[in-house]
Amino acid sequence: MIRFNNVHMQYRGGYLALKNINLHIEQGAMAFIAGRSGAGKSSMLRLIALMERHSRGQIIINGQNLERVRDSRIPYYRRNIGFVFQDHRLLRDRTVFDNVALPLVIAGHRHTEIRKRVSAALDKVGLLKKESLNPITLSAGEQQRVGIARAVVHRPLLLLADEPTGNLDPALSLDTMKLFEQFNQVGVTVLIASHDMEMIKKMHKRIITLREGRIPTHFGNTSANEKSD
Amino acid sequence: MRSKARNNPGMLLRAWLLLHAQSFIYSLGQYYRNLLTSILTTAVIGISLALPGGFYLLLENAHQITAGWDDSVQITAFLKSDVDDAIATELVGRLLEYKNIEEAKLINRDQVLAEYRELSGFSEVIDILDENPLPSIIIIKPKLMTLPDGVDRLIIEFISSQPEVEIAQYDQQWVKRLYGIIDIIQRCIILFSVLIGFGVLLIVGNTIRMAIYNHRDEIEITKLFGATDYFIQRPFLYTGFWYGLSGGMASWALLTITLQFLKQPVDRLAKLYASEFSISALSGTETIIMLLCGVFLGVFGSWISVQRHLKTIELN
Repeated sequence: MIRFNNVHMQYRGGYLALKNINLHIEQGAMAFIAGRSGAGKSSMLRLIALMERHSRGQIIINGQNLERVRDSRIPYYRRNIGFVFQDHRLLRDRTVFDNVALPLVIAGHRHTEIRKRVSAALDKVGLLKKESLNPITLSAGEQQRVGIARAVVHRPLLLLADEPTGNLDPALSLDTMKLFEQFNQVGVTVLIASHDMEMIKKMHKRIITLREGRIPTHFGNTSANEKSD
Repeated sequence: MRSKARNNPGMLLRAWLLLHAQSFIYSLGQYYRNLLTSILTTAVIGISLALPGGFYLLLENAHQITAGWDDSVQITAFLKSDVDDAIATELVGRLLEYKNIEEAKLINRDQVLAEYRELSGFSEVIDILDENPLPSIIIIKPKLMTLPDGVDRLIIEFISSQPEVEIAQYDQQWVKRLYGIIDIIQRCIILFSVLIGFGVLLIVGNTIRMAIYNHRDEIEITKLFGATDYFIQRPFLYTGFWYGLSGGMASWALLTITLQFLKQPVDRLAKLYASEFSISALSGTETIIMLLCGVFLGVFGSWISVQRHLKTIELN
């Protein structure tokens, strides 16, 4: 599903964010990217989402070589990815329902289809009753669940989450992670960047540790080749 | 990852129409939600369009007043004061033989005096005078309605060359000058309108730029969830459309109110000049053209702004 071969990534200012990354995550897996702030976690997610382009190496996502995805095709490429953010990034000028409906509206689905799918997604995160509220009136945990509903409503193949529990207390964090696990169990590949090692360890999933833009093998990382076989 | 292709063209068309309808309504909602900004922008566009529109109407009405004036171009020949009626009549005969003269009519000095007395209101002053100071005149109508410049002058030269004639001149010389001035003003208005058009583009562009930055979060999120540039720019273009349309309507309203305000005094003045003239308002076609101009400037202004500013939004 996700394959990095000798990937380097340099930001425009010259800062080298990722160095020689080799990685393979198979379809339907759930994995964590761990590491301190600035270790390159977000950069990896940005590369996968094509928010940035890598400078060397090769990235293949779901059989598609990202170098070959033209800028004009990026929107269509992204429609198979769901995003969850630390600050959830819900839009305050519209209801919970309209927030969750966004990916479907973008893809041009019909109204009846949108209603059905949004209700299903909100039901899964347990917020069906709050669909007509403004997200500001919800608690932090609820807002994050709305964010997750939005990330899965269009049934993406891949779910990317950048510090999804960064603003939540440990109990809520675990609940949120369990939610990700549920979506993973129905076949969505899940990749979560987080620095919360304690919580990550509780999940018993694969952990990819980044340090200063590299994946050091002595951090308990399984090397790319080992895992992919 | 390839997007699940929905190849049915009917469905694609429906989805496309649906997106347009959504943007259309949504942008109208945005107009209402940012009412103050919207009204200000509308007012600026309205006033901007009303200025050239008003000048245009002014010219149209000026044309209406002066229409027909050049049909009645005539030459007045003032005769020397020692020319008596018999010689003058003989002169009329000679003038009528000239090929470019249609009509020549003598008004002798007594008639001139009578007419002057009646029209000027100085009858008492005239009574004081011992003798009639006014000359006899001959009113001459050239044969051709509109004369080429050369022939024009030839007629005047011919008449002036008659020994009995003191001076001959076109009565309506000033009409020609007026037309010349109107022509210049017309060109100025065209230039002015083009400049105003640029101004409106900048104003709309700037308003849309602010709207784009106010919707930064939304644009970033929609981009991340796979929105194309077309999807993102559509509501802004429709917002420009609404600004343009409402601006066009505002300028129409401004002009209509102004004309109503002026109508009564102008009618009264026209009556004093025994004229049938009445201010003409914008016709249906002109109104539609005005609205279209507004819409064009609104959409084009926002399009420029969208092209410039949407690209600068980086995802983070």
